[in-house]
Amino acid sequence: MPRSAFQRLLQAGGTLAVVAVLCFLLLPAGVVAVAAFNASALPSFPPHAWSLRWFAKAIAYRDFREGLGNGLIVSGFASVIALVVGAAFAFSIDHYRFRGKRLIEGVLLSPLFVPHFTVGLGLLIIAAQIGLVSTYALVIVCHVVLVLPFVLRSVYVSLRNLDRRLELAAASLGASPRRVLGTITIPLLLPGLVSGWLFAAILSFNEFTASLFVTTQRTQTLPVVMYNYVREYADPTMAALSVIYIVVIAALLIFANAWLGLDKILNVEGS
Amino acid sequence: MRGRAGPLVKTQPFLRTLVTPGTLCALVFLAAMAAVLQYSVRAFIPGSLEPGGFTLANFAALIKPLYARVFLDTVWICFLTAFFTLIVGYPLAYALVHVRSRFAKSFILITVITPLFLGEVVRTYSWIIVLGSDGFINTVLIKLGIVAHPIQFMFTTLGVVVALVHVTIPVMVIILAAALSHIDRNYQRAAASLGAGPLRAFATVTLPLSMPGILAGVSTSFAWTFSAFATPQLIGGGRVNMISNLVYQLGFASFNFPFAATLCVAGLALVLAVLWLSNAALRPLERMGPH
Repeated sequence: MPRSAFQRLLQAGGTLAVVAVLCFLLLPAGVVAVAAFNASALPSFPPHAWSLRWFAKAIAYRDFREGLGNGLIVSGFASVIALVVGAAFAFSIDHYRFRGKRLIEGVLLSPLFVPHFTVGLGLLIIAAQIGLVSTYALVIVCHVVLVLPFVLRSVYVSLRNLDRRLELAAASLGASPRRVLGTITIPLLLPGLVSGWLFAAILSFNEFTASLFVTTQRTQTLPVVMYNYVREYADPTMAALSVIYIVVIAALLIFANAWLGLDKILNVEGS
Repeated sequence: MRGRAGPLVKTQPFLRTLVTPGTLCALVFLAAMAAVLQYSVRAFIPGSLEPGGFTLANFAALIKPLYARVFLDTVWICFLTAFFTLIVGYPLAYALVHVRSRFAKSFILITVITPLFLGEVVRTYSWIIVLGSDGFINTVLIKLGIVAHPIQFMFTTLGVVVALVHVTIPVMVIILAAALSHIDRNYQRAAASLGAGPLRAFATVTLPLSMPGILAGVSTSFAWTFSAFATPQLIGGGRVNMISNLVYQLGFASFNFPFAATLCVAGLALVLAVLWLSNAALRPLERMGPH
C-alpha cells in the first residue's frame, strides 16, 4: 500500500535525523579522543603514530593537580551545603505554609537564568568589600547559590512521588516529628537526595564562568586552570585531560541512570 | 491536601530550622545582585578600584556604537543558537519520549545530557580541535578533495554558533521532552482514526500541543546562550564578542567594574524581557489548550 510505504519512509527519515544529531553530539568527544592518543603535538586525522604521552603529561602537570585539589575542596563543600540547604527548603515548600514562600523560592531558582558572569561579578564586589577575595569561602558560597536550583528541582520530583499518608500514618501511631522525618520521609526521598547531590557535585566541579570571576591563583578550580592552559598552549595535553573528564562524567551519569532513573528526575518519561 | 498541614499534623515541626538556611542563600544572591546594580550607577575612577559618585553616564555610554554593536551581536548569536537548537533538538526530544527500546532511550538520554555536565571549557576545547584550520573537519574535507584550502570556522560567528548549539541541546531536549511526554497520546490516536496521515496528525495535533514547550525551550536556550563565556572567548578569539567577554575584559583588563556592572544590568534586563515576552505569548496558548 502506498500509505504504509510513505509511513515507512517517514520513519526512516526521522531515524536518520535522530542519528545525525546524535553524531553531532558525539563528534567533539570522538575527535578529542583521537587527538589525545596522537603521538605528535600537531593534530592529524588519522594520527601517524599513537602514544600515551599526553596522558602522562596531563597527570603530572602541577597546575592541573592543584586545580583538581581546589576543585574537589570547593565542590565537596558546595555540593553538601547545597544538598542540605536545598533539601530542607524543598521539604518546607512542599509540606508547610509560611510567609514569603514563593518569593524566596523564586529568588533561589533565579540563578538558572541570571548569567553566571553577573552572579560572579556581584559576589566579587561584595567579597572585596568584606575582605574575602582569594578565599575558598567565596568560591563555595558562589557555587552553592548556582547549584541550588538543580538540587531543589531534583528533591521536588521525589517529594511529588512521596505518599504523604505514610507520614500521617506514622504520626498517628505516635511517632515524633523527628522520628517521622528520620524513618519515613528521608529514606523515601533518598534517590532524589542522592541525585540532587550528584548533580550539584558535578555542576560545581565544572562551573567555569562565575569561577573565573571569584577565584584567584590560590583558589583556582580545574576548569579555570584548563581555560588558562588552552589560552597559552596548543598541545594535546588538554585533549588527554578532556578524555579522562568525559569518561568519568559519562560513567557517573550511566550509573545515576541505572540506579536512580534519570528520566524520572528530568521528568521526561514517555507515557 | 498538598502543601497544607493535614488534620493529624497541626504543627509545622522544625519550620525555622529548615527555612532559615535557604533564606540566607537567597539573601546572599540578592546582595550580589544589589552590588551589581549599585556599581552600575557609580562613576569609574581610572587607576582606582573604588568607584566614584553616583551617575547615569554608564547607561548613556551603552549607546556608543562599540557597545551597541556587541549587544546586537550577542542578541543575534543567542537567537541563531536558540533557533538551530530547536531544529536539531526537536527530533531528539521526540525520539527520547517515543522510542520503545529501553537501551535506545538510555543511550539517547546519556548522549544528550553528558555535554551539560562536561563544563564549558572541555566542550569548547573539543570544538577547537574539530573546527580549527588543521582540525578534523578541514582535514576530512581536504582529503576528500572537496575544498583546496581550509575553511575558516575559528573566529567566525558560524563557528561560535555551532559550538553553542552543541552546548544548548541538552537544555532544549530536556524541556521539549518534558512537554512532549505530557501530551495525551489519545489525541494523536484520535487524529489518526479520523483519517489524518502521520504528517498531518503531527502538524495539527502534536506540534500545537508542544508549543508551550517550544517557547519555554527557545527562551531558556536564549538565556543560557547569553551566559556563555568560554565558547565566544576561545572560538571567537576576540573577533566575535559577546556581552560576557566585554564584561570580563572591562573588569579584569581595565578594572572598570562600574561599567562592567552596567553591562550586566542591561544584559539581565534583556534576558528578563525575552523571558517575559515568551511567558506573555504562552498565556493565550495555555488558555486555548485542552487542559
